[in-house]
Amino acid sequence: MIRKQEDRIIVTFHTTTEAIAFERMCREEGIAGRLIPVPKTLSAGCGMAWSAPEDAASALGSLMEQKRVRHQEMTVLKI
Amino acid sequence: MIYLDNAATTVTKPEAVVQAVSDALRSFGNAGRGVHESSLLATRAIHETRIAAADFFHAADPACVAFTSNATEALNTAIKGILSPGDHVITTASEHNSVLRPLYETEARGVSLTILPVDAYGNISFDDLASALKKKTKAVICSGASNVTGNLRDVRGIAAAAHARDALFVLDAAQIAGCHPVDLQSDGIDILCFTGHKSLFGPQGTGGIIVREGLALRPLKSGGSGMQSFSKTHPEQMPAALEAGTLNGHGLAGLHAAFCFLKETGQDNIRHQALALAKRFFEGVKDIPDIRFYGDYSDWDARCPIVALNLGEEDAALVSDTLSADYGIATGAGAHCAPLMHEALGTVTQGIVRFSFSFFNTEAETDAAILALRNIATARRQEARP
Repeated sequence: MIRKQEDRIIVTFHTTTEAIAFERMCREEGIAGRLIPVPKTLSAGCGMAWSAPEDAASALGSLMEQKRVRHQEMTVLKI
Repeated sequence: MIYLDNAATTVTKPEAVVQAVSDALRSFGNAGRGVHESSLLATRAIHETRIAAADFFHAADPACVAFTSNATEALNTAIKGILSPGDHVITTASEHNSVLRPLYETEARGVSLTILPVDAYGNISFDDLASALKKKTKAVICSGASNVTGNLRDVRGIAAAAHARDALFVLDAAQIAGCHPVDLQSDGIDILCFTGHKSLFGPQGTGGIIVREGLALRPLKSGGSGMQSFSKTHPEQMPAALEAGTLNGHGLAGLHAAFCFLKETGQDNIRHQALALAKRFFEGVKDIPDIRFYGDYSDWDARCPIVALNLGEEDAALVSDTLSADYGIATGAGAHCAPLMHEALGTVTQGIVRFSFSFFNTEAETDAAILALRNIATARRQEARP
């Protein structure tokens, strides 16, 4: 194991533009997380995914609903 | 040097543009090709430029904006991406070769092409346009202004006429973007093609195509996209659909700074200042005996800051070269890549001397150009005396 694993919310996207736009929104809203390469257990159009701590779930959900965020999938993974 | 060839490219850029390119050259990785900080720096910068372009041209969504290396690439993408054999397309005789040549290629592949004639001012007749529109007309493609005469087009009127017959309207905004407002939504533009290096004050090698939401184009290129790597086909989602290969991140960082400059300074201020200089120049040379102007100079609000002229029958290339070599004044001469416009104006052999002004020019430079042209005209008349 390279580093300690923990449950993370992972959001995948169809395009790089969707992913980078999502990072921008999260930064504007002060929502924790960062872009990471898509974990191998997931399949996504875009090679970058948003990784956020589990306690950001509520804020992420509100943001996605409010801004009608285009994304591919949102799941929780131990990475 | 006094640079008055701004319709070809603007040489003086806002300092922030120069700085942004320089910073990008020192730090950017490949946008969309990694998730490390160097790559993300570039990806974020390009996304900010996309947002700025969408905002500047009133596009519905930043994802509608795909970046290209110039207006020519954008126009090739638009023309070859929407036209199929059996379609009909309309353009005008005042177009640049970046419109005409791709259209001639599609014509050779079975697209029928109508080129509307232009009058002595470079304007088309709306009656001609209405007559040319057919059931099979897929698109009307034209520039927002003649790059030779500087006369603006009634873009909204042309778009409305095209839409009334269910045809698309494609605008070549190379000459007007930055010096005249362009609004995708209220102007009714389906596809907008622009370049970054002219009146937008961005770096060369930047430009873009903005496609109305819901409209899909066959891509001109396919290849690396940083996404869907195991698919045999290029992604269909905009903007990746039209952006194969590494983008010019360094240039696009500069283009972002240019959009910021335009917003902060105000496009109206920039336009009025450049037009005031063009008008000052026109007023200063209009009484030169034997001078001939090309285009309509009766309404400066309907113009780009261009003054196109000749001295009698003198070769435009000689006048332009004299301005450059003897006075240090850069102008454009020759055909300006608009062959049919020169046919309409009767200047195929002579060419035209084009003075084009920018926000960054000054009254002193303009006055020096007036004096230089008057001197050349006087010398020419003296030589002509028996």
